[in-house]
Amino acid sequence: MSMNKFEISNLDLFYGDFKALKNINLNITEGDITAFIGPSGCGKSTLLKSLNRMNDLVEGCRITGKVLLDGEDIYGSMDLNHLRKRVGMVFQKPNPFPMSIYDNVAYGPRTHGIRSKVKLDEIVEKALRDAAIWDEVKDRLKKNALGMSGGQQQRLCIARALAVQPEVLLMDEPTSALDPISTSRIEELAVELKKEYTIIMVTHNMQQAARISDKTAFFLLGEVVEYGDTEQIFSMPKDKRTEDYITGRFG
Amino acid sequence: MRTRFDEQLEQLHVELITMGALCEEAITLALKSLFDRDRSLVPVVLEKDGEIDRKERDIEALCMRLLLQQQPVARDLRTISSALKMISDMERIGDQAADIVELTDQMHDKQLEMSSSLHIRSMSEEAVKMVIQSVDSFVKADLELAHSVIAYDDVVDNLFSKIRGEIIEQIATDGTNGEVYIDLLMIAKYLERVADHATNIAEWVEYSITGIHGEMDGE
Repeated sequence: MSMNKFEISNLDLFYGDFKALKNINLNITEGDITAFIGPSGCGKSTLLKSLNRMNDLVEGCRITGKVLLDGEDIYGSMDLNHLRKRVGMVFQKPNPFPMSIYDNVAYGPRTHGIRSKVKLDEIVEKALRDAAIWDEVKDRLKKNALGMSGGQQQRLCIARALAVQPEVLLMDEPTSALDPISTSRIEELAVELKKEYTIIMVTHNMQQAARISDKTAFFLLGEVVEYGDTEQIFSMPKDKRTEDYITGRFG
Repeated sequence: MRTRFDEQLEQLHVELITMGALCEEAITLALKSLFDRDRSLVPVVLEKDGEIDRKERDIEALCMRLLLQQQPVARDLRTISSALKMISDMERIGDQAADIVELTDQMHDKQLEMSSSLHIRSMSEEAVKMVIQSVDSFVKADLELAHSVIAYDDVVDNLFSKIRGEIIEQIATDGTNGEVYIDLLMIAKYLERVADHATNIAEWVEYSITGIHGEMDGE
């Protein structure tokens, strides 16, 4: 039976006076890839960031409502470091640290107190394998990560996120800066990773959402207009605004 | 914002209407050649069938281009996928019109006249009506009309059974014309198929409008 990984209820988010999210009610199923789509500024990235409290750093940001991770309120007493360990994030532009490939991946586990070389080697290899980049980098783990191609850097960032063994992976337009080959690698990787992780992805690429996601949520002006099975959303959307957006009539 | 895509969809719509009209003409003329004993219509129908085949290829190419260039979703995707299915049915209607005139071409007047003792004329009227209405339901995006075409298929099926019974009877009493009666049975069967294709077209019209395909609905 499918379980809810996240349960979002009555969520409002303000940036100062601006209400960026309006009464969001959404359940994210465990083991699914969920796509957030919608025009720029509709709130999809804002919601994504709320799921591991990245908005806490934004000045004037205020949130009401509930976000439950496995039934536990992430805005309640949950430790922030613990939350970020469980809910990892990959950004639009690959952002490897200016250090070696190995150190990039080992960074998270080290901050969580793992010191054993053997243990770290093991974690780094598994994360790089899971991110489908091990074969390309295994002979140059000590090389600087900034020397890799964009597509490789993005997969390294995914490996870095996986190294702390999260349960959820948030991806904010992870392929928008990549060429088609790197894009299809990341997409295949996402489908592979959903066996072990719950993935939530913001994308502007309609075909990408249609190709790889199980569920799709369409956002407009801070609201979720329609949320359902991806196949239904892209073949028979219920709301005219969804239809108009995905068929390119506005947005 | 999507002017070009809308223009291409309009072009697809027009092409489908043209192809539908060709089918109506082909089947109507084929039956006219049978009932009016007018063999001059045979090459006309065969030419129409060729035209329908070319139209099918053109529309197919247009749909492929739209799929490739526009990567359609939602209603657009349903329109294009329905179009791809509908043209196969339309093309088959053209084939059946050609099959009918190929048979009538070989029969002499007296043999052609034998059809009048059977229910072939009323069956042909009903089948042609279904073709015309199925194309109309597409042109007007008329869901109700599409449904009535789908329901009407039973009428044609029943007429086919009736004609089959009549032919069995005729062969039993008039053994010398067995071959002609078999040909007339073939014509009745072609008409029954024409009605099936009209039904299919109506079902794709229904799908393109509602997203639900009649046949799948019952499962």
